[in-house]
Amino acid sequence: MASLIPCPHCGTRPRQEFSVRGDATPVRPAPMAADEVWNDYMHVRANPRGRIREHWQHIAGCRRWLVVERDNFTHEVFSVSDASLEQGGAR
Amino acid sequence: MTAFRLAAGGLVDRSQTVPFSFDGARLSGHAGDTLASALLANDRLLVGRSFKYHRPRGIVTAGPAEPNALVTVGSGARRDPNTKATVAELYDGLTATSQNRWPSLSWDIGAVNNLMSRFLSAGFYYKTFMWPAAFWEKVYEPLIRHAAGLGRTDLPRDPDGYEKSWAHCDLLVVGSGPAGLAAALVAARSGLRVILAEQDFALGGALLSETTRLDGEPPVVFARRVIEELQANPNVTLLARTTVFGWYDDNVFGAVERVQKHSAVVDAARPVERLWRIVAKHAVLATGAEERPLVFGGNDRPGVMTASAVSAYANRFGVAVGKSVAVFTNGSSGYRTARDLTSQGIEIAAVIDTRTNAADTAPDGVRLIRGGSVVDTKGRQRLRAIVTDRGGFEELLACDAVAMSGGWSPVIHLACQRGGKPVWSEALQAFMAPEVGAGLVIAGAAAGHYRLSECVEDGARKASAVVEALGHSVAGFDRPAVGEEVDPSFTALWHVPGAKSKAFVDFQNDVHTKDLGLAVREGFGHVEHAKRYTTGGMATDQGKLGNINAIGILAAMRGVSPADVGTTTFRPFYTPVSFGALAGTSVDEHAMPTRRSPLHGWAARNGAVFIDAGLWYRSSWFPKEGEKTWRDSVDREVRTVRENAGLCDVSTLGKIEVFGPDAAEFLNRLYCNPVLKLPIGKARYGLMLREDGMVYDDGTVSRLGEAHFLVTTTTAMAGGVLSHMEFATQVLWPDLRVRFLSVSDQWAQMSIAGPKARTILQAVVEDDLSDAAVPFLAAREVRLKGNLKARLFRISFSGELAYELAVPAGHGEAAADALMRAGQPHGLCAYGVEALNVLRIEKGHVTHAELDGRVTPDDAGLGRMMGSAKHDFIGKRLSTRFGLTAADRAQLVGLKALEADKDFRAGAHLLKDGAKPSTLNDQGWVSSACFSPTLGGHIALAFLKSGRERYGEKIVVWDQLRGVETMAEVCNPVFVDPENRKLMA
Repeated sequence: MASLIPCPHCGTRPRQEFSVRGDATPVRPAPMAADEVWNDYMHVRANPRGRIREHWQHIAGCRRWLVVERDNFTHEVFSVSDASLEQGGAR
Repeated sequence: MTAFRLAAGGLVDRSQTVPFSFDGARLSGHAGDTLASALLANDRLLVGRSFKYHRPRGIVTAGPAEPNALVTVGSGARRDPNTKATVAELYDGLTATSQNRWPSLSWDIGAVNNLMSRFLSAGFYYKTFMWPAAFWEKVYEPLIRHAAGLGRTDLPRDPDGYEKSWAHCDLLVVGSGPAGLAAALVAARSGLRVILAEQDFALGGALLSETTRLDGEPPVVFARRVIEELQANPNVTLLARTTVFGWYDDNVFGAVERVQKHSAVVDAARPVERLWRIVAKHAVLATGAEERPLVFGGNDRPGVMTASAVSAYANRFGVAVGKSVAVFTNGSSGYRTARDLTSQGIEIAAVIDTRTNAADTAPDGVRLIRGGSVVDTKGRQRLRAIVTDRGGFEELLACDAVAMSGGWSPVIHLACQRGGKPVWSEALQAFMAPEVGAGLVIAGAAAGHYRLSECVEDGARKASAVVEALGHSVAGFDRPAVGEEVDPSFTALWHVPGAKSKAFVDFQNDVHTKDLGLAVREGFGHVEHAKRYTTGGMATDQGKLGNINAIGILAAMRGVSPADVGTTTFRPFYTPVSFGALAGTSVDEHAMPTRRSPLHGWAARNGAVFIDAGLWYRSSWFPKEGEKTWRDSVDREVRTVRENAGLCDVSTLGKIEVFGPDAAEFLNRLYCNPVLKLPIGKARYGLMLREDGMVYDDGTVSRLGEAHFLVTTTTAMAGGVLSHMEFATQVLWPDLRVRFLSVSDQWAQMSIAGPKARTILQAVVEDDLSDAAVPFLAAREVRLKGNLKARLFRISFSGELAYELAVPAGHGEAAADALMRAGQPHGLCAYGVEALNVLRIEKGHVTHAELDGRVTPDDAGLGRMMGSAKHDFIGKRLSTRFGLTAADRAQLVGLKALEADKDFRAGAHLLKDGAKPSTLNDQGWVSSACFSPTLGGHIALAFLKSGRERYGEKIVVWDQLRGVETMAEVCNPVFVDPENRKLMA
């Protein structure tokens, strides 16, 4: 993983200030969505090599949840944005 | 002057004598010496015993690749094992001892291994695993552990300080040789922020040992001029004694600076070592090249060294490594050493060149044997003679040192630490650094540019490219005029044929050519297999010297190119880094933050025994005079709470204030139970689920205003719940208008529990505390006598009439002291978390011992809390899954021991009466257990299949760890006051 993460609020900071949650792709389904949809959301994850989007929280900084787009093979970080600005959150 | 110290020359200061000791002998060197050069000057060539065969070994190199000269420096708590004498800076009072020998270096019992060497062949270690099994633990392992090994560490704590620092720069230059200095100079003149790191104590790299003149002057004069200019530039940081050991993502480099490892007297105000994390926009790797040893019979005899080391000792340290030196070479570099020695007046026995048609010429009067080789060496603890072979004619040649030159390998370790594999160059017969992107470029000899003029030019050129990439304009740099240069070409020779005795490939691990042959024959010919099978390339030097020859030999045996064999994996650290440097200041109480409750002083005054609970210190129990065991104290505290009242510190609970027009809606989605209709001034028990339907955490929700709530979490989950709430508001529902803030540290909170709690509390609270004014689950602000505003919650964990009083943290101790005084006439006692635990088990309240991530609200007997009518909450959808609603799930029950002399422990399993003890017959588990002073027996909370239907059943509590089986009766988990009369009083 990257040594440094450019936080959109705090600037470039060491990775140790952040905490990872996992895949940022799944979107929380509507409450009464089908079993399969909820099963996918909770349990099914692709495991690609290359470009991925993950949720990270800047726990020792602004405490914002971020979407970090990075390459899990080269460890290059492409972009970091505030998760609340992402489209597609469940309502 | 000693026998081997030259009368003149070199960079040592002969006017400064530096006393030191080796194996107890008092010796002396000069300022500017390494330990190795000082030992050589004192005719101490034998410095260690080899790892496996305990063969006598001498100094081989003059740098960080040294495999043999590993010594222990210092003693007692400052003992540093496996220090390379070749890089250890000599200082006044240095004490060094040799390693891996007993009883002494010159007379070593372990050397008997050498005679048994055919039983200690490659893979012998693994073969000892094969038979008989019992032999391994009893015989082989103790034997191997005793016989093998290098330095020994010591147990006294390290008295010295260490620290870590970040540094940022435009350009990091690793290495201060000709390429590194040129790169740093160009970058510094062009306005870049530069860090120049050099592992040696002196800056200059190869220029310190070089004789080719620059601008008509000795190369060290040129080096000094450049260093002075760099020193004067405020944008440049020069870090001598600093090894860059690792290259990490985002061009972050790890380096260790030995701040005061070169002094017997340590200034306690400064660290002895500093770990640097250097964030570099660009880096130039100017780490030079390593000279290869030649693999010939008896090549490990003390006195056999690399030719460049022989030159360095003569040119830089003014030391002759022998009185008569034979040069054995496969290229031109050996001739340079011959010239260096001749010009210092050191006798050369002969130059033996493996090539037949080389154009190189030996110095006048020196015998040259072309197409010859060395096939054996003679001597015991120091070389006495060599056996040369030319065309089958052997000759015994007297000499006391051999300068061997097997060609050159660029030092590319850092460039290969992030997954890039070295690339074989047929032209240079060496592995080169892969292309690793613009962040790290290789310059000088590390890039295969071996000539001095090329090094300077390449360093300047690579730095210019960095300057341009960063948008600066390149400042001028007049290249120095370089005198007569050495052609560094060679004809690769991986091992010298015709060896008459063991020809070592890896000196440190005692791997010789036959070991590699065995590895290939037994199917371990892959380079990574061969490493493990023969141990070649392991331990402190990681094959810096020997690996390339091992690869060449494996390639020849397998009939392929070294390119097909490849290298083993390069990983940090380049050279070993001390644990002290890696730990930095994170030792003792600084290893983790210590969290003390605002009531810590109160608890200490009342005699609390503290326990570590995560980062917290919590008061466990409060022993009174005459109480012999913790149980005495805990039983008394529990009885006092049930009969009178007790005061307990609950400040460590997480506290989060939640505000906003959508605060109620947010909490309604966060908790599984309904929150929307919670009236102002009321508290409610709350359960948070994970999205998978399992309980995540519990606590209370209090409504302090229409749009203002206070929620509490368990102590352990305070941080996790805050992140969970932040995820919910920022990611799941960013449209909700809600804000929150952790106030865990802002409030001191104490529980006052027991039948007399109200009377005692009323004595310090101004407001009316009658049941009508403050009913069960009231949550409101009150005013204490003396006018302090506080928060009061009528909630109970013990099942007694109980309150939790929160005051601003700074007033905590005063409030607790006032309550203790007010409670004294009523028999109030302080109680700790142990009594709190007994009280809650008696009342059937759950904690994370029960809520362990596998438990649904219904499992814990809290199914009625689920707000099934709510549109949505975290965990709602998946809590209706088939498996989570099955009838035979393990449900919370109580257990009463039926045998008075037998207790329970958490973790024990439950079996039907008469069932065979087996996990196949498992019926559930004990989650919490205690002795109940109130019931006068052992009780437990447990999870039992369909447990709520099984009250009254006799069951076996099976504790396989202790080998105990206890009969118990299943019962309602609420042992005390199931009607809640005490609670509502």
